[in-house]
Amino acid sequence: MATFTLPKNSTIQGGKTFKAEPGATNVKAFKIYRWDPDDGANPRTDTFELDLDKCGPMVLDALIKIKNEVDSTLTFRRSCREGICGSCSMNIDGLNTLACLKPIDEVKGDVRINPLPHLPVVKDLVPDLTQLYAQYRSVEPWLKSATPPPPDEERRQSKEERAKMDGMWECILCFCCSTACPSYWWNGDRFLGPAILLAAYRWISDSRDEATGERLDNLEDPFRLYRCHTIMNCTRTCPKGLNPAEAIGKIKQLMVERQG
Amino acid sequence: MKDPREAGMVGRRTDGTLIRRPLSPHLQVYDMMQMTSALSIMHRATGAAWSVGTVLLVWWLVAAAAGPEAFSRVEWFLSSILGMLVLFGLTAAAWYHTLAGIRHLAWDAGHGFELAQAYRSGRMVLVGTAVLTVLTWVLVFVFRG
Repeated sequence: MATFTLPKNSTIQGGKTFKAEPGATNVKAFKIYRWDPDDGANPRTDTFELDLDKCGPMVLDALIKIKNEVDSTLTFRRSCREGICGSCSMNIDGLNTLACLKPIDEVKGDVRINPLPHLPVVKDLVPDLTQLYAQYRSVEPWLKSATPPPPDEERRQSKEERAKMDGMWECILCFCCSTACPSYWWNGDRFLGPAILLAAYRWISDSRDEATGERLDNLEDPFRLYRCHTIMNCTRTCPKGLNPAEAIGKIKQLMVERQG
Repeated sequence: MKDPREAGMVGRRTDGTLIRRPLSPHLQVYDMMQMTSALSIMHRATGAAWSVGTVLLVWWLVAAAAGPEAFSRVEWFLSSILGMLVLFGLTAAAWYHTLAGIRHLAWDAGHGFELAQAYRSGRMVLVGTAVLTVLTWVLVFVFRG
C-alpha cells in the first residue's frame, strides 16, 4: 500500500551544525541524514560546512573528509571510490547516485544527502538491503542449462549473442534504480523493481541459458513484473548509464510474443 | 497479508536490545519534478480528472433526457465562468491523457526507451496538449458563432 508520509519514528528533525574552520573561503554546506540506533531519537539532519579548497572533487571525498576530521561517527558504505563496487549509493540532491561518481560542483546550493529512499535504516546513510538481495535470489541469477558444457571447453557465444547482454552485465547492484522507483516504494514487497528485472533479463537474453521459459513463468505475475508503469525514474537515475526500463519493456514484449 | 518488508524494520542497538528502525525518506527528499516522474504523476492525475469529468457528461445527457428545464440548468452552469474553466481543464486533461497514452503504447511496442527519446516524447506530449487544447477551444468558439 502506498503511504506517502513517513512513520512517526522516521520524521526528520533538525540536527547539529558543524561550522567551517575560520578563514575558509570556499565553503559548502553538506546536509546529511543521521540516525543512530543507540540514542533512541528520531532521525535528524546534521549540517557540515567544508572548505572545498581542502577537499577532493566528489561527494564521497567530502563524506570521507567529514568522517576523518569532523565527526568519526558518520556512517556510510564505500569501497572502490571509482563506481564499480556499488557501495556508496545514496540520495544526493534529490536523485539516487554513487557518491564517488557525483562531483560536488554539480550540486547547486547545499548538498543534501540521504540514504537510498524507502528502506529501513541501519545507521545514518546505511540502508538495509535484505529485501533487494532476497528478490535478486528469487530470479536465480546464474546459468541454468540442461546441456552439459563441451568437454574441456567453454560454452561458446557468437559476438552477436554476446552483444545481447551489453547494458545488463555492467549492473553493479547499487540499487539506485529500484529505490528511485515509486512503484517499488509502494509495492516493493511483491514488485521486483528495476534492478532485479534488469538482472532477470540479463539471464533471459543469455544464449547459453536454457531456462528462458521458466524464467518468464516466474515473472508472469501482476506484481513481480507488471507493477512497472514505465515511469523511467530508474533509467534517469542509473549512475552507470544503463536502461532498466528498456529491459523491463523487453521482458513484457517476450511475454506477449510467447503467447503466439 | 503482512508486508514482508516489516522484518527489516526491526534492528538491534549495540547492547543487543531491539529497536524499530526508521524508514528512509522518499517523497520527502526525491526530486519528483524531474520529467520522468512528473509526467507519470500527471498521467494519473489527468486520468482521474477525466473519469470524474465523464460524470459531468452523464449529467448533461441525463438532463437532456429529463426535459428542457433540467437541460437549461446544466447549460447555465456549463456556460458560466466556472463551468467554462472546468470544461477547459477537462479538455486539457483529456488531451494530455490521450497523448501520454500513445506514448505508453509506443513504449509497450518497444520504442522510445532511450532517455533522450523519452525526454523528447515527453516534451512533445506537453506541447501537443497545449496546442490541441487551445485548438479545440478555438473551434468551439468558431462553431458556436
